[in-house]
Amino acid sequence: MLNIDSIENGIVIDHITAGRGMRVYELLELDKLDTCVAIIKNARSSKYGRKDIIKIEGVMNIDLDVLGFIDDNATVCTIVNGKLAGKKKPSLPKKLVNIVSCKNPRCITSVENVDQIFVLCDEEAHRYRCQYCEQEYKK
Amino acid sequence: MRHLIDPLDLTREETDRLLTLAEGILADPKAYAHACDGKILATLFYEPSTRTRLSFESAMMRLGGKVLGFSSAGSSSASKGESVADTIRMISGYADIAAMRHFKEGAPYVAARYSRIPVINAGDGGHQHPTQTLTDMLTIRRKRGQISGVTIGLCGDLKFGRTVHSLIKSLVRYEDVKFILISPEELRLPSYILKEVIEPSGHPWREVRDMEEVMPELDILYMTRVQRERFFNEEDYVRLKDSYVLTKEKLNLGKKDLAVLHPLPRVNEIAPEVDEDPRAMYFEQARGGVFVRMALILTLLGLAPGVLDEE
Repeated sequence: MLNIDSIENGIVIDHITAGRGMRVYELLELDKLDTCVAIIKNARSSKYGRKDIIKIEGVMNIDLDVLGFIDDNATVCTIVNGKLAGKKKPSLPKKLVNIVSCKNPRCITSVENVDQIFVLCDEEAHRYRCQYCEQEYKK
Repeated sequence: MRHLIDPLDLTREETDRLLTLAEGILADPKAYAHACDGKILATLFYEPSTRTRLSFESAMMRLGGKVLGFSSAGSSSASKGESVADTIRMISGYADIAAMRHFKEGAPYVAARYSRIPVINAGDGGHQHPTQTLTDMLTIRRKRGQISGVTIGLCGDLKFGRTVHSLIKSLVRYEDVKFILISPEELRLPSYILKEVIEPSGHPWREVRDMEEVMPELDILYMTRVQRERFFNEEDYVRLKDSYVLTKEKLNLGKKDLAVLHPLPRVNEIAPEVDEDPRAMYFEQARGGVFVRMALILTLLGLAPGVLDEE
């Protein structure tokens, strides 16, 4: 069993669907942090069998908006002085900017260098629509 | 500054006031003959169009303004690879208002984001065509006196027909509207328009394959062309293009005060024998498009106080 130290102050993103940890890391732009970040892949989970975990030391104010879009299974735990200070499920962001690309070949974004913008159109069904052509995003 | 990219960029009240202005211009066009003296409209047409481009140009000329522009992507700097964003930035210095048609969906939205002048979407791919919607609404209102209470049959290509999508979005804002969607299986209305536009409105709707069975119910029959340019596969186009042809015989199943609309151009979905019937409103509809665009140009240039809500 691999051991990763607990963090004193920071954020733990737990219950990430196994295999999505790196994607979360990239989209949250954690590579730009100069603090200690650990990605744990395929950790044992009593709930899901396997899960990914990301531990971020020393940073509290990360923009986690996009997390709800990538993985709504994930849980965000805030750690203060080595103790769990808060736990929440990410909510779906109203707007996604440059997170995913429109796949409609008739969309202007297929030829023009502009921000890829998707807007939440149905919160219950987790559906997003391209701001330009209104095509629904399909994973 | 306001743009018209999506029909819902205008509230229902603003739409009603704009249609009232269009009716006023129609009744007395001379009173508006110099309303846009000294103003320039740019028509940026990346895709061929006869009616829409000429009606925009006619509208501006009838208001006393001038027009410049291009009528195909090949005759614009798009052929050199210029972006829509750069083109509109440049045009903002040459004209006071722009009408853009583009084969890519969302292109006028991009233009509006970078523009310093009002941008009007004159049709973007299979997406939206808001000035056609205003024209359709004007025709319905002139025919019936009001839009509420209408039973409308939308017939033909409901999948790629942008005029249909735009019209539905606008009509759901009125009371007691009933939608009958007449199309072959392959060209049915996209499910997102049903789920996100029609169903939440609570208006009754149904999909049918057969035109004849619903003719007696309709106040408005909105015919559309199966558009060759929207198909990636020629075989599908050939198979579906003649799905519906409105003949005199079929028309006679309809009410005496039915109105047949068509955004034009038609190919063969309305037989020429129907043209002489007083219920054939499509040429009058096209004429109304000029007055709607006159009203819209005046409104977006800030020359028609009271049409738009206060910012």
